[in-house]
Amino acid sequence: MQLALSAEDEAFRAEMREFFTTQVPDDIRAAVIEGRELSKEQIAGSMKVLDEHDLAAPHWPEEWGGRGWSDLRRHIYLDEMQAAGCPVPLAFNTSMIGPVLAQFGSQEQKERFLAKTRNCEIWWSQGFSEPDAGSDLASLRTTAVKDGDDWVVNGQKTWTTLGQYGDWIFTLVRTNPEVKKQAGISMLLIDMTSPGLEVRPIELIDGGHEVNEVWFEDVRVPGENLVGEEGQGWTIAKFLLGNERVGVAPVGAIKRHLARLKELNGERIGAEPRLAARVAELENELLALELTALRVVAHSSEGEPHPASSVLKLKGTVLQQAVSELGVDLAGPASLASGAGDGTALPDWTPHTAPTYLNLRKASIYGGSNEVQRQIIARTILGL
Amino acid sequence: MDFTYDDEQESLRDAVRGLLGKAYSDFEQRRQTTKEDPGFSEKTWRQMAEMGLLGLPFSEDDGGVGAGPVEIGIVCQEIGRVIAPEPYLPVVVLAGGLVQACGTPEQRAEVLGGIASGEQVVAFAHDEPGSRWAPAASGVTASESDGSWTLTGTKEPVVAGERADALVVTAALPGGGTGAFLVQGADAERTGYATYDGGRAARVVLDGTAATPLGEPGTDLTASIGTVLDIGRIMAGNIALGAMQTALRSTTEYLKSRKQFGVTLNTFQALTFRSADMYISLELASSMVQWATMVIESGDADAVRVAAARCGVQVSRSSRHIGQEAIQLHGGIGMTAEYSVGSYTAVLTMLDHLLGDGDHHVDVLAAGVLDHGSLDPLAMA
Ligand SMILES: Cc1cc2nc3c(=O)[nH]c(=O)nc-3n(C[C@H](O)[C@H](O)[C@H](O)COP(=O)(O)OP(=O)(O)OC[C@H]3O[C@@H](n4cnc5c(N)ncnc54)[C@H](O)[C@@H]3O)c2cc1C
Ligand SMILES: Cc1cc2nc3c(=O)[nH]c(=O)nc-3n(C[C@H](O)[C@H](O)[C@H](O)COP(=O)(O)OP(=O)(O)OC[C@H]3O[C@@H](n4cnc5c(N)ncnc54)[C@H](O)[C@@H]3O)c2cc1C
Repeated sequence: MQLALSAEDEAFRAEMREFFTTQVPDDIRAAVIEGRELSKEQIAGSMKVLDEHDLAAPHWPEEWGGRGWSDLRRHIYLDEMQAAGCPVPLAFNTSMIGPVLAQFGSQEQKERFLAKTRNCEIWWSQGFSEPDAGSDLASLRTTAVKDGDDWVVNGQKTWTTLGQYGDWIFTLVRTNPEVKKQAGISMLLIDMTSPGLEVRPIELIDGGHEVNEVWFEDVRVPGENLVGEEGQGWTIAKFLLGNERVGVAPVGAIKRHLARLKELNGERIGAEPRLAARVAELENELLALELTALRVVAHSSEGEPHPASSVLKLKGTVLQQAVSELGVDLAGPASLASGAGDGTALPDWTPHTAPTYLNLRKASIYGGSNEVQRQIIARTILGL
Repeated sequence: MDFTYDDEQESLRDAVRGLLGKAYSDFEQRRQTTKEDPGFSEKTWRQMAEMGLLGLPFSEDDGGVGAGPVEIGIVCQEIGRVIAPEPYLPVVVLAGGLVQACGTPEQRAEVLGGIASGEQVVAFAHDEPGSRWAPAASGVTASESDGSWTLTGTKEPVVAGERADALVVTAALPGGGTGAFLVQGADAERTGYATYDGGRAARVVLDGTAATPLGEPGTDLTASIGTVLDIGRIMAGNIALGAMQTALRSTTEYLKSRKQFGVTLNTFQALTFRSADMYISLELASSMVQWATMVIESGDADAVRVAAARCGVQVSRSSRHIGQEAIQLHGGIGMTAEYSVGSYTAVLTMLDHLLGDGDHHVDVLAAGVLDHGSLDPLAMA
């Protein structure tokens, strides 16, 4: 056991800090730090900057732009990125479809998509969930039927995050209704400008538009856009969802959020022991989470998702939500003024707090709900 | 001690439920209503006036009905059940409550009569940038010259402040203490905006704005403002109680109808137990709200202050628990503006921070824990 970073890793950390705080545009970082919504251009723009320095997808195979870093370095990279307020690269691109294509894609698909996926020239959406296939993803009903070399897709996806920006959508479709649910699923890459594909907005409780329905009516998809084999979709989806063990919990972003709340409310926290105690509890829980993340990272064997990822996902979302709840409480009566806009007489950080709190309720629902995570812990770790 | 309603109270509840249920039990109605200014239905507001609800707490001499807190609580619970967006709490309970407590007979007749008839929406302009639920005002100051009063400073957020025909504004008095003033809505510079619960609030800027002192000019009204806020807290608890009931019912109904893995979600004990915990939270809140509502009747300001804090802590804890779990147990659908349950959570969050959150109330109580050995509900007020 050893607590300190090696001199090399320490130097790496300094290098990352220097990069993220100087190379990523200040307006983008300010938007992240202040919790404002980012535009498509800001998200894609920061990915472009990262990619120019080979920092958009360091965990990919080196052949496709990865860096061959240790998991510890990836952790440091993500931590410094989030601490600096650099937007985390679009997960759909770098954490989901990129690794999938690198692992399961054809040579043509790799050449066609991977570089543009890394620098966000292509914005990917994730088309998994359907109205009746949420936690029970395998019961999805969107169909793809072979017609000559093409697939013809019909059905509906939902909850598609930022689908309004999407250029392409990676989609789980039912290609064989005859076999066991999981075995009849395939993954298709679908150009979102295809005739018959329609994106419809869903308004969320914070008033924002970040998710969509995506409808498919006789959408023709070239056969070459099948990922892996026909019927391999479920295996690929499991790889995609369980692929991450680094960066599962946005520890850096939560720490930054809490540190900012402390900074903005230092006087009160200093004067009110109950408030200070609440902050201390949160910081301690965050430390326990981060240490667990580091411990899991240090022990993971290549390729295999560590089951403790579920601990990170679950506890990470709980703490993310708890810090946002603290934000509303600190704002107090000013939190009501969510629509106040620029001219407000209230501190300018306060109007965001309640919508952010409400919005982050999503974190324990998507990406495998916290109930699903508990089930994974109970079954695969505890053998129940 | 009796926690049941008498026949008249039952029929009041049925009448209010009929009126508001008709307006909003279809959640889409609420959604459409809150999309447009003023964020509530003028028609429903008028109907509430016709039913006597807007004058319920005021004496008959002042154009009201002279009903007690239990009746007001019934109205508030029914508002909460359908999260009706009408500004009953700020207008009737807070602004009206302060005029009732402090106004001259003429002011009471005029302002309360106007509220009761539905002709006047009167907002309560008390919160200021930097203030945290205290009864005193400091950001808006009052000055007097030759018997005329003016106000200067900013109030924000003021619920229903833009729509209001008149405002009850609290302000620091030249001789110390806090007074309350009547200001014509049109005389103040108001910037309205939507709030995340579907309501409306405003920034109200006063700059040498003409104002009429409420009651005897120059009198420190801090204590009365405090009591009105305490009554408001208990009534906010009643609204929250109604909202929690519906949030829990929506959740249990959803668990019985939503299918995943070929079965309805209530097959999973992990979820039904969580609903049972929500029910426990609801029952505890219900007891505290009903008890605190009855304490108001005692008319003892200290007792009301403590009851508001005790009820406030429990309602805050319960409404966070129920609001958060209601969304979680629904999954993605709970996050949408189109489906009702997320809006219930938003309203519960708003109520929790409007007049004091749970930790604020704990602070009030913590200051007094050594004053007694143990608590006896039968001996409190
Ligand atoms: C903001 C947001 C963004 C999203 N973005 C995307 C996206 O980009 N692409 C995409 O494909 N999907 C996306 N999703 C969908 C997300 O993955 C699903 O919401 C999630 O899988 C849950 O499914 P559901 O909403 O249908 O809830 P349900 O599966 O109906 O679950 C309802 C509740 O029951 C619980 N539950 C379900 N089954 C069990 C069980 N067996 N045991 C115990 N509890 C259970 C759940 O945990 C939840 O609490 C997003 C969702 C949200 C809210
Ligand atoms: C100090 C003490 C004094 C007692 N005194 C008496 C006495 O005077 N007379 C007497 O008759 N008995 C007595 N009992 C026994 C007591 O009633 C039993 O312990 C109790 O009924 C639980 O049974 P069990 O211990 O066999 O646990 P189990 O029934 O085996 O339960 C183990 C755990 O599983 C949970 N569980 C069980 N079934 C379910 C389910 N369907 N869903 C979810 N969770 C479940 C339980 O809640 C518990 O947490 C006493 C027990 C204790 C500890």
